[in-house]
Amino acid sequence: MKKDIILAGVGGQGILSIAATIGTAALNAGLHLKQAEVHGMSQRGGDVQSNLRISDRDIASDLIPFGKADMIISVEPMESLRYLPMLSPEGWLITNTKPYINIRNYPEMDKLLAEIESQPRHISLDADEIARELGSPKSANMVILGAASPFLDIEYKELQEAIRNIFRKKGDDVIQVNLDALQAGRDVAEKQIKLSLK
Amino acid sequence: MQKLLLLGDEAIAQGGIDAGMSGIYAYPGTPSTEITEYVMHSKEAKSLNITAAWGANEKTAMETALGMSYAGKRAMVCMKHVGLNVAADAFVNSAITGANGGLIVVAADDPSMHSSQNEQDSRFFGKFALMPILEPGNQQEAYDMVHYGFELSEKFRIPVLMRITTRLAHSRSGVERREIRKQNDLKLPENLKQFILLPANARRQYKHLLSNQSAFIDSSEKSPFNYLIDNPDKKLGIIACGLAYNYLIENFEDHHVPHPVLRIGQYPVPEQMINNLYESCDTILVLEDGAPLIEELLRGLLNKGKTIKGRLDGTVPRDGELNPNIVAVAMGMTDTRGRDIPSLVTSRPPSLCKGCPHIYSYNALNEALSEFYKGRVFSDIGCYTLGALEPFDAINSCVDMGASITMAKGAADAGLLPSVAVIGDSTFTHSGMTGLLDAVNANSSITVMILDNGTTGMTGGQDSAAVGKIENICEALGVHKDHIRILNPLQKYHEENLAIMKEEIAYQGVSVIIPRRECIQTLTRRMREEKKKQATEKAEA
Repeated sequence: MKKDIILAGVGGQGILSIAATIGTAALNAGLHLKQAEVHGMSQRGGDVQSNLRISDRDIASDLIPFGKADMIISVEPMESLRYLPMLSPEGWLITNTKPYINIRNYPEMDKLLAEIESQPRHISLDADEIARELGSPKSANMVILGAASPFLDIEYKELQEAIRNIFRKKGDDVIQVNLDALQAGRDVAEKQIKLSLK
Repeated sequence: MQKLLLLGDEAIAQGGIDAGMSGIYAYPGTPSTEITEYVMHSKEAKSLNITAAWGANEKTAMETALGMSYAGKRAMVCMKHVGLNVAADAFVNSAITGANGGLIVVAADDPSMHSSQNEQDSRFFGKFALMPILEPGNQQEAYDMVHYGFELSEKFRIPVLMRITTRLAHSRSGVERREIRKQNDLKLPENLKQFILLPANARRQYKHLLSNQSAFIDSSEKSPFNYLIDNPDKKLGIIACGLAYNYLIENFEDHHVPHPVLRIGQYPVPEQMINNLYESCDTILVLEDGAPLIEELLRGLLNKGKTIKGRLDGTVPRDGELNPNIVAVAMGMTDTRGRDIPSLVTSRPPSLCKGCPHIYSYNALNEALSEFYKGRVFSDIGCYTLGALEPFDAINSCVDMGASITMAKGAADAGLLPSVAVIGDSTFTHSGMTGLLDAVNANSSITVMILDNGTTGMTGGQDSAAVGKIENICEALGVHKDHIRILNPLQKYHEENLAIMKEEIAYQGVSVIIPRRECIQTLTRRMREEKKKQATEKAEA
């Protein structure tokens, strides 16, 4: 088993919370893990990514080779496309459709969404909207993780356990909200996978 | 013991805690900051009474660590690669004084300049200082090398340079801990003149350092971090330093490379090991992250021996960080690449945070200077360097810590008037104060804007040594108190602020403007913590 994951977003969007959840689940499942993060200057509202590698065998490189990533998980639609050179031909693109606009020349939304739709294997969803409907706008990242969960080769209950671990100090309500967000994202992904198989 | 999931930086910090380190000193700098922060936040380190402190700059941190080593205790000092330039005087001389308690100097290099102004390779500094160097290839080695490095340092009574790069510093992996070693007792150097570098003493100490070189090389030959993985296809022999080894084996099924591979993690370079590889192979490929140190040594000036491939012959790009693809191409393997980035994707450069006080300060400064032609604002290292980008386009230089003030003085000396320096509070106490003294002594016509957000912002909000002291420092250095002006950088005070800026820019002499408002990041964090504290107090009541 080997999963090479590119996590993408904008500095401050908290992509590392997704990485931490997958990482905790992977370690509990006895897997090896390497995770390259971005700290420093680009954190200030610039594009950020993290290379997350999990495997049942030793992992050599901290960086995923170009063209070999199994998936891109992105909390921002334009950022999801920035890392296409990293994605393998069979890889999946899982992305939020809610844009984060802090630049003047952000692309037109309909063209951006059409570009995402043109990718052969993709899941796209408005995670912010789904999180808001659940009454917890902060858990959009967990919605995205839920949408990626069918592709991770980590048992779903391990992810749930990881969320319980990570949010333990914040109380049962916070845990439940995040578990609901995870499930909501997963439901959307499963629906989209079924449609794409038809 | 259970494995911990640690950044390379954190592995070094945990290694220090477990290896009996008594103190760690640093000035924040990406990608080294998290080493010292980890020790500062560690309950274990607190219970072990380990001192963890930010110095005013890398030089003061280096000297403090050297003082702790003098007193017989194990000490670590951490900095980014360019920080080693600041600490260089102390660093180079510390090889001549030698150490007493174990002393590890960590320099975190930034190939590809993810968050830096150059990509200098600190191994050259270690070689220059004639000091042993350790270069970990993964997080576990980073941890283990701290234990090993302190022992090496105490065995030869020499500071040891540990060179890491951004990729290891900021990548997480499982690390297995060892038992905690007891800290050293206080113990003065056997020779109380060891640290006196008077010429007569220094010559003796330097000869001692030179005579130790063969022992350092011998230690490298026997090091657990230098080893040959012998394989039958001797058409090519590969030297892989630090992380480069990982990128190499990434390209092969089961991580099995058909050629002999010499893995290097300790310097000075093990001459015999390299000679053996050279003699047994037709061609040598050198893979090293950073500059071509081993490659240059192997080629020599005339390059008349066997073919040496690497960064100098174009097999590997001359600049930038290595990765698995670069190594694949160097090995003659096919490159892999996914689809191209669609053309509608635009760049998203970093920017100042919403609510950042620097936004106001730059807009106001631009307006205050609007009557002059552009090109007269010298800036410095920090978040405010982003003033170079749109929409501000407000600054014209960013060279090294403190250079804003001295460059403004030089330009004013040349006749560029008005001449303005923009520097942050932490950078000011790091390296700006001495330059301000130069300007005062020459009565230069410059205006220095010290952007005081009360923190070291760019590296994540570490304590600033300048807090509460800036105007006193400026006055003590000789700036007239009528020309030390404190502003509240908010739009509602704009009229008043603009008038002050114009006045001080027009003033013929040194003037200091201090726009003062807390960094929005530390403010948010403080509010959150206070809210949490109030909630707990309420619950307890």
